Amino acid sequence: MSNNAALQQIVEQVHAARERRMTLNICGDSSKAFYGGTPRGEPLQLSLLDGITSYEPTELVVTARAGTKIIDLETILAEKSQYLPFDPPRFSSSGTVGGMVAAGLAGPARASVGGVRDFVLGVTLLNGRGELMRFGGQVIKNVAGYDVSRLVVGSLGVLGVICEVSLKVMPIPATDATVEWEMTAHEALEKMNQWRGRALPINATSWFQGRLRVRLRGARAAVESAANILRGSRIEADEATQWWVDLRDHRQVFFKVEPSEIAQGESLWRLSVPATAKILTPQEELLMEWAGALRWWRTSLPVDAVRNLAMQAGGHATIFYGGNKSSANFTPFAPLSKAVMRIHHNLKTAFDPDNIFNPGRLYADP
Amino acid sequence: MLPADAILSRHEDTAPYECDGLTAYRESPLAVVMPRTDAEVAAVLMACHALGVPVVARGAGTGLSGGATPHRYGVILSLARLNRIIRVDPLACLAVVECGVRNLAISEAAAAFGLYYAPDPSSQIACTIGGNIAENSGGVHCLKYGLTLHNIFKLRGFTAAGELIEFGSEALDSPGLDLMSIVIGSEGMLAVITEVTVKLIPKPPVARCLLASFADLESAGNAVAAVIAAGIIPAGLELMDRRMTAAVEDFVHAGYDLNAAAILLCESDGTDDEVEEEIGRMRAVLKGCGATRLDLSQDEVERLKFWSGRKNAFPASGRISPDYMCMDSTIPRRRMAEMLRAIEAMEFKYDLRCANVFHAGDGNLHPLILFDANDPDQLSRCELFGAEILETSVQLGGTISGEHGIGIEKLNSMCVQFSPLERQQMIAVKLAFDPKEILNPGKVIPTLHRCAEYGKMTVHRGLLPFAELPRF
Repeated sequence: MSNNAALQQIVEQVHAARERRMTLNICGDSSKAFYGGTPRGEPLQLSLLDGITSYEPTELVVTARAGTKIIDLETILAEKSQYLPFDPPRFSSSGTVGGMVAAGLAGPARASVGGVRDFVLGVTLLNGRGELMRFGGQVIKNVAGYDVSRLVVGSLGVLGVICEVSLKVMPIPATDATVEWEMTAHEALEKMNQWRGRALPINATSWFQGRLRVRLRGARAAVESAANILRGSRIEADEATQWWVDLRDHRQVFFKVEPSEIAQGESLWRLSVPATAKILTPQEELLMEWAGALRWWRTSLPVDAVRNLAMQAGGHATIFYGGNKSSANFTPFAPLSKAVMRIHHNLKTAFDPDNIFNPGRLYADP
Repeated sequence: MLPADAILSRHEDTAPYECDGLTAYRESPLAVVMPRTDAEVAAVLMACHALGVPVVARGAGTGLSGGATPHRYGVILSLARLNRIIRVDPLACLAVVECGVRNLAISEAAAAFGLYYAPDPSSQIACTIGGNIAENSGGVHCLKYGLTLHNIFKLRGFTAAGELIEFGSEALDSPGLDLMSIVIGSEGMLAVITEVTVKLIPKPPVARCLLASFADLESAGNAVAAVIAAGIIPAGLELMDRRMTAAVEDFVHAGYDLNAAAILLCESDGTDDEVEEEIGRMRAVLKGCGATRLDLSQDEVERLKFWSGRKNAFPASGRISPDYMCMDSTIPRRRMAEMLRAIEAMEFKYDLRCANVFHAGDGNLHPLILFDANDPDQLSRCELFGAEILETSVQLGGTISGEHGIGIEKLNSMCVQFSPLERQQMIAVKLAFDPKEILNPGKVIPTLHRCAEYGKMTVHRGLLPFAELPRF
């Protein structure tokens, strides 16, 4: 089926859902179906909306349809020595470009290069009235009208169907090197905080089980001199690559919460906090990234207790793996202030007045 | 509610607020209020919301698209007195400042820690961070360091109804929809921001600048694309055409090559080793693209001299013409030469001169149309000239505003870039934040009616009928 026909079919499915008062569950690869509220509704498949619509390496811009696999996009970029700097994670399968934008999740390099929304330049969006619209554009600087293209990043599909995305891409840096130290989480946090204010090519950091690892990335001269300044032991390139990929895609055992553990109330929490916030958790339950700004915590503490700790630290806590998903009280994301929640509901109505798309995926319906 | 000295209502007192940097359009506000605290801002908003009085927030008034042009039946909410730097946190690399703090003052406060705030719009000595948030301001280092959006942690302010609200946090993300992303660049139409937490970054130890001359626009355009294709992200990459170079040379005496059709400023920053390596690669690429002259800044004094012309492009234009209108649009970099040729043709068509500066690294064009505002015919031709530049930008795959915003200046051009459905969706976004439409009404998103009128007027591509009538 051609892409136009596929798009036409999607538009018709939205119209039909609206008439029949049905809800739709927007699906790419469904590799992130575990994330957020439980998907409900008739599947709206985007896999046929596939392929790169334009790519101009000298513009540093690529436009891809939502169903394009992340790995396919990365392969095409790599042929021109370019890449997506924010390390989009992939879980059970490659994941799609649309899913990457809808989930808004970035990997280990987030703290130094920015997140998904920092690289989104434009989107084609199908709203709940079946209207196809384009926001943003294919240029790096663009302030015409409200920036709806960035609003949909991390929206989990509640505002509309992301059909096509334009992304800023960057040249693959000349080199990278990973160094490591044995130290406690507290020492690691202190080190990372000290480095932040210095002009060092630190691209990613992780602390896990008494080991701090730092990925340096950039021009050869900068990486070499930084490795000398920081000292620490150099890790073999293959082992380093494996470590960062496994971390990005949550392949370490630390991230696997078994059904039996979930039954006992254990969850894997994602705490996004100010990087300087002190360590709130027992070290053996902690994996830290983003120079201290991202803390993964395996715990059976009650939801409110974890959320309060994160909030007091100036951040928020998300149940990433685990939690009682069948419960009506399951809240994957931290609650919002009244003023912000009201705007959420208003925006939902503005884009999807009949509440067709991904109900309850982000927050409970109004 | 507010002390007497915080309210101006006599015409002679409100006169300085009749326009922002877009001086061709003026309006007299009912009153100007100048709160000193958050509580006063909230009180003003609550009162105006209850009475349905429009509120136009204003920082330093340096905006170039009329985003702070007063509403005839509204108040100007001048936020310049909210100008305290609340804290600089060198460990977290952030600063918390009130909205009326000047852009450059943030970097000055951070300098003691070897840090700075990266976005540097050309008005940075005067413009406020609140205004930067409203416009999502850029500057000459965007390609490498991003726009305002990429350098903000958190915003605190008030809804149209005067309710306290926060967007973002000191963490790297926040739960729910990314409202901060849409508030930044919303030109004061979605909320009033009073406190901003900005990201600070380490000052690169070294910066050096290459000045390259080109005999024709095509080679200069190719050189820009070639630098990027070589995998180089310059700290700055700027272009000036011959007319602009001549104008600024008279003004700053930087020793620019006046024979060149275009000159490029190409900057590298980082550590000593890094810069040396990168300058070597830049030099090879520029030479390969036919640069007729290449000068490398030997020290900081010389580097600033190279930049002095570019940074003074606007005042220098003011010296060669009674008035100028600064346009702002973005095009794909590879269409640059084509765009400059099209502008040359428009100079003949409208019988007006135009000088060009270009943030070449990110495709952001600033043609300065030279005219005399005392001649109504020239003003009118200038407006048409500007509109055609914007339309051409859209046709070339670009956008009608790279960094100056829409305000009132580009309302008509919004009709060209966005479909009625898209504009309708934007209006719905506005209503989600501000259902009574009291924040900066009449800006950014044109009504369907206005676009229909504009469509009719531009069919004949002549002078606008009834040019003196306001068209909101």
